[in-house]
Amino acid sequence: MIVHLAVLLAFQLAGETLSRGLGLIVPGPVIGMVLLLGFFMVFPRLAALVQPTALGLLSHLSLLFVPAGVGIVGHLDKLGSDGVAILLALAGSTALAIAVGALVFVGLARLVGTPNE
Amino acid sequence: MNSLPEIWTYLAQEPLLWLTATLVAYGFGDALFGWSGRRPYVNPVLIAVVLLAGLLWAAGVPYATYFEGAQFVHFMLGPATVALAAPLYANLGKIKASAIPMIGALVAGSVTAIISALGIAYALGVRGEVLLSLAPKSVTAPVALGVSEAIGGSPTLTAVLVILTGIMGAVMATPLLNLLRIKNWQARGFAVGVASHGIGTARAFQVNETAGAFAGIGMGLNAVLTAIIAPIIVRFFM
Repeated sequence: MIVHLAVLLAFQLAGETLSRGLGLIVPGPVIGMVLLLGFFMVFPRLAALVQPTALGLLSHLSLLFVPAGVGIVGHLDKLGSDGVAILLALAGSTALAIAVGALVFVGLARLVGTPNE
Repeated sequence: MNSLPEIWTYLAQEPLLWLTATLVAYGFGDALFGWSGRRPYVNPVLIAVVLLAGLLWAAGVPYATYFEGAQFVHFMLGPATVALAAPLYANLGKIKASAIPMIGALVAGSVTAIISALGIAYALGVRGEVLLSLAPKSVTAPVALGVSEAIGGSPTLTAVLVILTGIMGAVMATPLLNLLRIKNWQARGFAVGVASHGIGTARAFQVNETAGAFAGIGMGLNAVLTAIIAPIIVRFFM
């Protein structure tokens, strides 16, 4: 468990170092994720080892949003004047993104003949 | 022996109290979610945030003091992002088999989410930091917060927009996709994961296992894509 956490932290550290060092726009943890995925492909045994800790951490992913979410208290005044506009933008764009994504997937799956589960 | 107000004065300044409060509030929200029969609109995060914000307001404790304790939870966002590599790796076979439809749907869904959110908000007069905070709202929180910070948005505002987007996606996905007569579970799940990250993914798993797996892949891939394209797209709205 501690070793697995150390693996995740080490890849985050490597990602942060690359992100800062090369001045990349992609956040360090995202680079760490891509690096770890590549590492799993080369060393499948590591994937089997880290998998339970990684999935355990991800099963509590929503808890990790809470501290930043509480920070909204300081931003409620900003939402106030734009509240309706923001809610309309969120609802409209979420519906559009789901519809467009699913339609493109189905269209391309038919085009290339991917088996439909 | 110290009086209660003295003990409170001490504890209110210590990380222990607010770290404990964060975990207890989330545990309570999660229990309510379970009791409700796991309804998407009973969201544990929103319940915890409302409880904690109310508590801070009532006790007159500033957010900075609260964050001294909550930072330990907040810190885990980084390792959790790295951990997304695990479900991606576990689904590698499926990803390869449906690579072309997924790449197309990923790009289409991701670009649609960012441009339509910015476009609608811009048309309604939203500008500046609030507008920029909208760009990464479809992506899983750890990545969305990082992207928001990088493009000049407010990570805290983005965190709330991310949660709202997740709930909206989870609530509207099934009726919307039924209306469009899309029966392909891979397509349904993937689109929901791309548009509404982890909360949408959790909803997809409740409906169909294949949809859930593909939602997880969509969430992971869009985290990477949005981190790359959001900073480029926002330039057209400045």
